[in-house]
Amino acid sequence: MTLLERPARRERTAPRTPAAAGRVTRPDGWWPWLFVAPLLAGVGVFYLWPILQTAYFSFTEFGVFGGVTWTGTENYERLVQDERFYRSIGNTLVYTAVVVIGVPISVFLASLINRPGLRFAGLYRTLFFLPYVAMPTAISLVWRVMYNGDYGIFNYLLSLVGIDGPYWTSTEGFAIVAVAIVGLWSSVGFSMIILSAGLKNIPPELYEASELDGATRWRQFVSVTVPLLSPSVFFVLVVTIISSFQLFDLLYAVLGPRNPIMPESASLVYYFYSTGFIDNQKGYAAAIALAILVIIGLVTLVQFRLQRRWVTYD
Amino acid sequence: MTSAAGPAVVRPARAATRRRRRQGSNALAHVVLSIGGLVMAFPFVWQILMSLSSNAELTGVPPTFFPAELRFDNYVAVFERLPFLSQLWVSVVITVIRAAGQIALCTLAGYAFARMRFRGKGLLLALVLSILMVPSQVYLLSQYQIVQGLGLLDTIAGIVAPGLFSAFGTFLMRQFFLSLPAELEEAARLDGANPWQTFWRVMLPLAGPSISALAITAVLFSWNELLWPLVVATYAQNAPLAVGLATIAGDVNINYPVLMAAATLAMAPILIAFLILQRRVIDGLAFSGLK
Repeated sequence: MTLLERPARRERTAPRTPAAAGRVTRPDGWWPWLFVAPLLAGVGVFYLWPILQTAYFSFTEFGVFGGVTWTGTENYERLVQDERFYRSIGNTLVYTAVVVIGVPISVFLASLINRPGLRFAGLYRTLFFLPYVAMPTAISLVWRVMYNGDYGIFNYLLSLVGIDGPYWTSTEGFAIVAVAIVGLWSSVGFSMIILSAGLKNIPPELYEASELDGATRWRQFVSVTVPLLSPSVFFVLVVTIISSFQLFDLLYAVLGPRNPIMPESASLVYYFYSTGFIDNQKGYAAAIALAILVIIGLVTLVQFRLQRRWVTYD
Repeated sequence: MTSAAGPAVVRPARAATRRRRRQGSNALAHVVLSIGGLVMAFPFVWQILMSLSSNAELTGVPPTFFPAELRFDNYVAVFERLPFLSQLWVSVVITVIRAAGQIALCTLAGYAFARMRFRGKGLLLALVLSILMVPSQVYLLSQYQIVQGLGLLDTIAGIVAPGLFSAFGTFLMRQFFLSLPAELEEAARLDGANPWQTFWRVMLPLAGPSISALAITAVLFSWNELLWPLVVATYAQNAPLAVGLATIAGDVNINYPVLMAAATLAMAPILIAFLILQRRVIDGLAFSGLK
């Protein structure tokens, strides 16, 4: 209202219109700096500087009593022959492979939940989203009890069909799969929501037109839904894979930090953490961190390369 | 008239068959979605049931679904046997500070990046956004050195500091402010408002939905985060709940029902808030596309 109720002022500025117009394209003086300075200071100190410092650390060794010694490429030479490093990559890949199964599952679920006139859609949405907002370390504890080899409910259910279930969280090989099932469970709802937003953007006329042409539901799914949804599927896939490669919380909480098979079941990020903060080899941990950066970068790059083959943009 | 009446007669009939067809197939959708929903909800229900059981019931074979007696004293034991209250306090404080800090810093910077002109703007924005592409482990060691150097290990300030600055939040707010019409600013400017007044009185009040999306992300992430506080807080009483639960669970002589009660209590604030604000939370997180 104040903007409109002051003709006097506007008249005063009116003759200076050319100057005022000029001011629009002129820099805003020192004002912008006041606005961005607090954020830039923090980003500089806590993010940009640390990238450089970590890169430097990766060429050093930390002394037991402090102090940093330059060791050249020693950490990287050690890394390329480090069996535990490769094993942590392997575990991370197994975890990612299982969690990625959630992407086609959530395409299917999203297509169900978007059925026109479906009742309780809101309730289903809420239920599927619950695991995504639950604290991972808290909900992992119940999974750990359910996985228990002696009294866990999974082995009880398996025993009903005559299968003697393994000690899920303390047997090598089973452990990472057990963690991945929790990862799958907690990420499906999020993917489903993103995909169902993508489905809503598909114009209904396309379905009506194809229905008039006598297309079956399956035919509609293949020829209309899949191509038009592919950008959303691609987004979900990239996000799922990047976050799977950063597996830490669920592994730590489902298996437990004092689990004797933890070293064999480590993910990349857990191996980074245990090297840097349990074994206190921060220089070597810095090299692992940069390796994680490169690996995630490469995986994402490959996905962007491959998207041309299957993602349809209009 | 007749030509208009024709389709009008045909349409309800066709719509009805279509609806019937849809409803027929929706039965299968309900079956799949309710089984799925059950799988999603089961661990939560199971956790609550176990938090009210005795240790013998929890470790019994076959499993006891409904405890013979509801043991609410497990919830009392949470406060007596675990440093739950001090960890709850840490969780609440870091979450509030982080959300408030991110809202303040990201709206200011986002606004400047969207609507103001200054030297090096493009480069600075690119630098800020570049940190989104770097996994957090790359910062962690160095952030730890900095926080240690400042003497902030085992403090709330140390846990909260890096998370105050969010590239994602800045991007979110910038995108929002970019979408506003230029006339708003022009009017304020002609009215003699300085950039701060324009921001505070004209632009910020319009940013409600984006700010709430940012707040939801900040709260969720801060409440649930494990790795950074695990590294910074070395003593149990200085750690937030996410760390406290993960570390205590490693103890051998753990009383599982009490642990389940603690886990239920730790998740409860976020889950209750989610159930109240569900639509807004789902839309906010789907909109932001990231945790």
